[in-house]
Amino acid sequence: MEKEKNKRPIFFFIGRNDEPIFSKKNRKLLSDPLDDNNPITVQVLGICSALAITVQLKPAIVMTMSVIFVMAASNVIISVLRNLIPNRIRIIVFLVVISSLVALVDQFLKAYAYDVSKELSIFIGLIVTNCIVMGRLEAFALGNGVWKSFLDGIGNAIGYGVILILVAFFRELLGSGNLMGYQVIPDFVYEMGYENNGLMLLSPMALITVGLIIWIQRSRNTNLIEEN
Amino acid sequence: MNRDSNIYTFLFVGVMVIGIASILAFTSQTLKPMQTENVKNEKMQNILSTVGINVSREEAKELYSKYITQELALKIDGSVNESINPFSDLNLAKEIKKDYSDQHFPLYIAEIESEKYYIIELRGVGLWDAIWGYMSLKSDFNTVNGVSFDHKGETAGLGAEITKDWFKESFINEKVFNSDGELVGVTVLKGNNDPGNSDKDDHEVDAISGSTITGDGVTNMIIERLNNYLPYLEKLNIAQL
Repeated sequence: MEKEKNKRPIFFFIGRNDEPIFSKKNRKLLSDPLDDNNPITVQVLGICSALAITVQLKPAIVMTMSVIFVMAASNVIISVLRNLIPNRIRIIVFLVVISSLVALVDQFLKAYAYDVSKELSIFIGLIVTNCIVMGRLEAFALGNGVWKSFLDGIGNAIGYGVILILVAFFRELLGSGNLMGYQVIPDFVYEMGYENNGLMLLSPMALITVGLIIWIQRSRNTNLIEEN
Repeated sequence: MNRDSNIYTFLFVGVMVIGIASILAFTSQTLKPMQTENVKNEKMQNILSTVGINVSREEAKELYSKYITQELALKIDGSVNESINPFSDLNLAKEIKKDYSDQHFPLYIAEIESEKYYIIELRGVGLWDAIWGYMSLKSDFNTVNGVSFDHKGETAGLGAEITKDWFKESFINEKVFNSDGELVGVTVLKGNNDPGNSDKDDHEVDAISGSTITGDGVTNMIIERLNNYLPYLEKLNIAQL
């Protein structure tokens, strides 16, 4: 009886199983990457772009949105095709799917959001090399249903974005005294002798900021500490 | 069919490649008119910004035709090639790859409140890729009236800062000829002893921390491009020279 009640109509691969769309397990797919299984601080994927585009907040936010789109879409596509993709060339197929999606994003931005596309310039292309996308396709989408893969893609992209935005927040604030390009540290503070820390703008400080975030995360969430 | 057989693999790849290629080609063709329009309007916007007219990309077209009175394509001897429209026909990126003797140099002349401005196009290399821009000179062809810079792939927050107003503003009123009438351009200098940039006769502006190579690129681009306009200047025979 219970099973009957939960059965949902099949709608584009979603809800084919007897699980509610936002079951506890599915919610975990979204929430896990935010903390316990964060792609950057725990899986240590996608570090490269986390260092490169966190000088300012705005590009970090746009990058996050682009990555959310690319990850969700590529996870869904690979999951739909998972029973068709020849095993031996699966990595090539991943690459083709990811890079075509990135090319599409790039084309649309150039036509409809020209300023944003200029802001991100080279980094849009670099989404292709973002290890998180490839990693989630191989580790998750290839073996799971469409809806779950979609959630996993969104979850991981947000987990990536949260760290990106956090790092960018501190780097822009301390490095140039701005947020989103607007000055937030009032002039009188500078007159009292405060100086922006130029080191924050250079990539080593991004690494150190990520390190500090990992430290804080682990001291708060002791499950993450390895035993040795 | 066996998913691991060679035939299946080839078929799969064939279908995938053709499918994706058509999607991408279709998107690119459909969006192309909008993209070129954006690029064209931005070019007008950039040219106008060097003479102090800051407008949105949409308004640029109208004001461009109002203020820019002449568009000249100069040959290396300084004469004007009438058959070329520099705005639509000249792509400086391709132009600088040609033989030097075949190159053309775009020159835009703006007239605002009966004040004449010469606008030259710049192109050079930064740290990662191309940088370009426009520089407008007052009617003496010596005092910088304004500049605009752009780049393909400089680092955000470092080299990419050349597009920011505070950097561009530091060029205003700098002179590109020294007191002996020699072309020196404007140098982007580290450890400048005039960081406030109050001295407008030193042919120097303060560099951006962490973007030495982009700054050097700007310096080189300015002097190198300006050099090409000297024959035209001689023809104009401007008194100060």
